Amino acid sequence: MTAVRDTTAPAPPMWPAGYLVAGRTEETSDTVTLRLRPAGDPIEPPRPGQFTMLYAFGVGEVPVSVSGIGQGEVLVQTIRAVGAVTRALCAAQPGDMIGVRGPFGTDWQVGGADGRDVLIVAGGIGLAPLRPVLMAALAERARYDRVVLLVGARSPGDLIFTHEFETWRRRGADVRVTVDHSLAGWDGRVGLVTGLINDAIADPARTAAFVCGPEIMMLLSARALADAGVRQIRVSLERNMRCGVALCGHCQLGPLLVCRDGPCVSYAEAAPLLAIREL
Amino acid sequence: MPSSTAHPGPRLIDIGGLGALIEVLVADGYQVIGPAVQDGAIVLRELSSAAELPYGWGVRLEPGGYQLRRREDTAAFGHAAGPQSWKRFLHPPRERLWSATRTAAGFEVSEDRDEPRYAFLGVRPCDLRAIEIQDRVLGQPGSRYARRRSGTFVIAVNCTEPGETCFCTSMGTGPSAGDSGYDLALTELAGEDGHRFVAEIGSQQGAEIFDRVPSEPASDAIVRGARSAVEAAADRMGRQMEAGDLRELMAGSHGAARWDDVAARCLTCGNCTMACPTCFCTTVEDTTDLTGEHAERWELWDSCFDLDFSYLHGGSVRTSDRSRYRQWLTHKLGTWHDQFGSSGCVGCGRCIVWCPVGIDLTEEVKALRAERAGGAEREES
Repeated sequence: MTAVRDTTAPAPPMWPAGYLVAGRTEETSDTVTLRLRPAGDPIEPPRPGQFTMLYAFGVGEVPVSVSGIGQGEVLVQTIRAVGAVTRALCAAQPGDMIGVRGPFGTDWQVGGADGRDVLIVAGGIGLAPLRPVLMAALAERARYDRVVLLVGARSPGDLIFTHEFETWRRRGADVRVTVDHSLAGWDGRVGLVTGLINDAIADPARTAAFVCGPEIMMLLSARALADAGVRQIRVSLERNMRCGVALCGHCQLGPLLVCRDGPCVSYAEAAPLLAIREL
Repeated sequence: MPSSTAHPGPRLIDIGGLGALIEVLVADGYQVIGPAVQDGAIVLRELSSAAELPYGWGVRLEPGGYQLRRREDTAAFGHAAGPQSWKRFLHPPRERLWSATRTAAGFEVSEDRDEPRYAFLGVRPCDLRAIEIQDRVLGQPGSRYARRRSGTFVIAVNCTEPGETCFCTSMGTGPSAGDSGYDLALTELAGEDGHRFVAEIGSQQGAEIFDRVPSEPASDAIVRGARSAVEAAADRMGRQMEAGDLRELMAGSHGAARWDDVAARCLTCGNCTMACPTCFCTTVEDTTDLTGEHAERWELWDSCFDLDFSYLHGGSVRTSDRSRYRQWLTHKLGTWHDQFGSSGCVGCGRCIVWCPVGIDLTEEVKALRAERAGGAEREES
């Protein structure tokens, strides 16, 4: 929900904290997961669904969702190389310094799924901001009934975190994977992730769904969930987040400043806004 | 900062008193910013003395047009809003946020702190309210804006000379400065009885500065004369805009055909956003020097009319002209309420004057309202 600016809250710092690359995993041909360890004072611990602004020295800054929080305040962030800044971040090697501001925005409200079935629907790199939801659910597995993760990607080569799927299954997650287009050697499902939704729902009234991926995938998935009777649906919006603190105006979506009022919002709030073209 | 304690009644100063006021402020280390004629317009710039004020200059305004004109009197503040606004100083068009230097461990960041101490001379009531709107957007304690703003001494000038594109009465922001938001408020009297100013004190700091300026008590008759000149200005607004329903009108007009009509005229140049005293959007630029050892981050004004403004990898969200004009107007008059608790428009008319094709938001609002009413009628019949 949009809230009127609180002018009494102190202004957030506009400069980045230094973090050192402690680990680097190539997920796909263009996507890298970095483990970042604070070089000095760390940022506040992010909540699942929040994002940071990552800075490559002299090149620029981009918003990146947090895909995990490790021991010693390590941040896990997954970056797809789509421009100059993300290419520089993906090229960072262990020991290199990255600037971090944040954490920013709203979270997934995983606590709202207590005692329910957790249903996570991820499209492509949309799995990155959802990974902390899964981690939270698996860390306290007994608090939830079923924990189901549906993962879709354009091709087998676009799947991320594949090396973790088996661990997640062992820890009690029902992980189902599909790709839009198959390649030689793929013996899994082929088709859109929306096609997996109906089978994954046991009791819609007791299901809490978390959806992230390309906008059209989120809309179709959320619609399929709603049609199946699921009421508790959260999505993660993407707009042009620049400052992270609702000052620069770039990430407006109607009344929302997505960096502050999002990225995680209820589908009920997002649906009428996403229905207006070029809002 | 303005406070609400009781202050002495209205005082009267003459043209020498105005000069003395500027001298006192300069002596106290203020950078005095006020109106002056430059490049065929009345701009806001640093003044070293009262002699630089635009005595005897007025303006002629129209959609897409601005011209200086000679006044019949010697008024220094007998002109409506110019191309610039005070945001230029409180929220500069371009400033360095920080710099960073490469080190063995990575890099070290140092924040820039530039803390000018401004005295604004001649702030129109509409612009006074515009500053208050930006306070609500940018003024969180500790921010660069808040630091600059809290040190700023504000001398408002009540408006007795609205322009052809003004509609502050519609937006409830003028032509009187009211009783808050300034340290001193002047009403200029440049008639046959001489060139004088009725001065009202708005803060303790205002009282302290004003104590050092030669003045005399203002008679009731003079104070009444000054008030009636401001009241008369309210009846001379060049434009009107019905404002009560704007929030709802904007929220319900996303599909209006009028956006196509205005898009056919709009050049998406962004002039309106630069001239607007409340538009606050910025972008940042990260740069390095040639050695690559030194990096900087600069903040620059940005405009929602720029195609890149809504850029996400893969393309911009708002590619059509229609959607970008709609974003500007619906934000300014509608969703600004959701985000910051008020309208973003003060009725200064700058966006009308400085639009190269003369798009007049009061006309656009009228057309949207008519389209909405027409649609409602069609639904009923």
